[in-house]
Amino acid sequence: MGTSRYRPGSLVRQQRKQKALKAGMYTFLVLASLPIIVGYLWLIVGAFSGNFVFGFVPQGFTLENWSFLWKPPSPAWPNIWRTVLNTFILAFGVTAVVVVVSTLGAYVISRMQFPGRSLILASTLILHAFPAITLLIALYYILRILGLLDTLIGVILVRAGLMVPFSIWVMKGFFDDVPWDIEMSALVDGATRFQTFWRVMLPLVGPGIAAIAIFAFMSGWAEFIFLVTFVRSPDAWTLTSYINAIIGNYRFTNYGLLAAVSLFYMVPVLLFFLFTQKFLMRVTVGGLKGGR
Amino acid sequence: MASLRLEGLTKRFGNVVAVNGLSLAVDDGGFIALLGPSGCGKTTTLLMIAGIYRPTAGKIYFDDVLMNDVAPKDRYVGLVFQSYALYPHMTVFQNIAFPLRLAKRSREEIERKVKEVAALTKIEKLLARRPGQLSGGQQQRVALCRALVKEPEILLLDEPLSNLDARLRIETRAEIKRLQRELGITTILVTHDQVEAMTMAERIAVMHDGVLQQYDPPGVLYDRPKNLFVASFIGDPPMNLVPVRVLEQGGRLILSADGFQFSLGEELREGLSPLVGQEVVLGLRPEDLLLSREERPEGIPGEVFLTEPLGGGILVHFAFGEVKLRVLAPREQPVEVGDRLWIVPQGEKVHVFGPDGRSLREADAAA
Repeated sequence: MGTSRYRPGSLVRQQRKQKALKAGMYTFLVLASLPIIVGYLWLIVGAFSGNFVFGFVPQGFTLENWSFLWKPPSPAWPNIWRTVLNTFILAFGVTAVVVVVSTLGAYVISRMQFPGRSLILASTLILHAFPAITLLIALYYILRILGLLDTLIGVILVRAGLMVPFSIWVMKGFFDDVPWDIEMSALVDGATRFQTFWRVMLPLVGPGIAAIAIFAFMSGWAEFIFLVTFVRSPDAWTLTSYINAIIGNYRFTNYGLLAAVSLFYMVPVLLFFLFTQKFLMRVTVGGLKGGR
Repeated sequence: MASLRLEGLTKRFGNVVAVNGLSLAVDDGGFIALLGPSGCGKTTTLLMIAGIYRPTAGKIYFDDVLMNDVAPKDRYVGLVFQSYALYPHMTVFQNIAFPLRLAKRSREEIERKVKEVAALTKIEKLLARRPGQLSGGQQQRVALCRALVKEPEILLLDEPLSNLDARLRIETRAEIKRLQRELGITTILVTHDQVEAMTMAERIAVMHDGVLQQYDPPGVLYDRPKNLFVASFIGDPPMNLVPVRVLEQGGRLILSADGFQFSLGEELREGLSPLVGQEVVLGLRPEDLLLSREERPEGIPGEVFLTEPLGGGILVHFAFGEVKLRVLAPREQPVEVGDRLWIVPQGEKVHVFGPDGRSLREADAAA
């Protein structure tokens, strides 16, 4: 009893050590993320700068870089709003195809027994690991035969096709998490299999759909390699083609224009993310006790 | 309401036989229980009746109409799952209304019926909530409402009480029984809890490893278990089951084990005579044994080694070498550890099970 195990001096030393450790971790994390922060800062400052010292250090303030909004920087280039529309068509097109195909596919794979089920499961994983770039030439020929070369639909199908395996995996996980009892209950309550899927299962995997939709949208929005390979005509350009043209078509890259268009390119994604994030966070699973 | 008949119902999952040749009938408006330990095939049976599982063999009749290939939605059954299986994204009202909306009933009718059935189980105040905001007991009521609202021909209850706490379980038990009486719906209750089955059902089908063991009213199951499984499963505290050898001594049949001897009356003589020299199992219910301080010729002398007060009575444990016996003594009877007492079986309440596990009483009855 006489001596207590709690010695104030040693406890204080412990706490100091923990504080020092924490400070160290923060310093490391700040330093590690500095390049990214500087990159974005350059983008924002550069978009409003008139000239660049040594070619890339921004200086001064101007809105000149944003003139692309009303006047194409080069007569050969399309109207920017046409390009924006194309970008949205591509991103939403990919999203729509991915969501419809992978939700239906994942439901079947999760819930139904049929020959070849495990083969399909395994192959979706392999397909996902397949580097898309190796398909470039084959896809070029396929699209040419289908008459989809130089169209957005062609790119949408290719991009969506590459997203679907991954999305099916994600969605299968969400469907697997819905208890069988709930589905059986709907069937007994008088629903057909499709009504069960539509009215009971789909609302319960909403967060999953939101997740794959966001991934699909982002990948469509950021699509680059298939666009520059398959789409030539300026009428079908998207913002990535546009930025690619800024980097490639001038003898000296116009950094101000590049920064402004890049910033412009980022804004919808940020807005989209802010808007959809709450769907990702909302999880409506409750009232499921017990189960077998 | 409908009557139900199962004929040779069998369900295999791969190599596992979940239900094997189950045949039974339920009268219109009857209330039966499928009772057995987990994995005995009772839930599988229920899901076959509901139309979720397709039987591997056998037939299901509702009102003498073959139901095997009828889709669940056309069977007009109400099913309450153990997990309740409420739709988490819908409110309580929407949950209960779901079957009616699928049946395309009018908005007014839905409103009226949901309110009616909610009043029946006293959950009117919860209609705007979501399942996640309800207690287990409330969820259970919602699930029951959802099953009742479409006025099912047959109500199927899969372990409806096992997720409730002890007190609520007793209340809900009585309530379901009352509702079933009032509405007169043919009801099948699946449970592993013998008290639930005994208190609620008119007839109980005891199942084990997918095979029906006995299908009788609760009293018959208790008094005349057909085999060792039913005997050991029904009754709390469980029946004493003592492996003994049949011996003949001076014209009397004696059941004997290490440190334990029990001489039989005439009643079981006929069934036991051919088994002299063989092992059988003696079954004695703890509540059918009397304790006596005076020596009794038909009694078995023993020493108390443990007592468990149960409130209403005392569970007294005796040991005879390897053999242990439990006796339920009335509270008024003072029993202390170390007491030497005579255990007196009631002649007509002695069970003996042959080497195949079948009750010899049943053999008598059959002969």
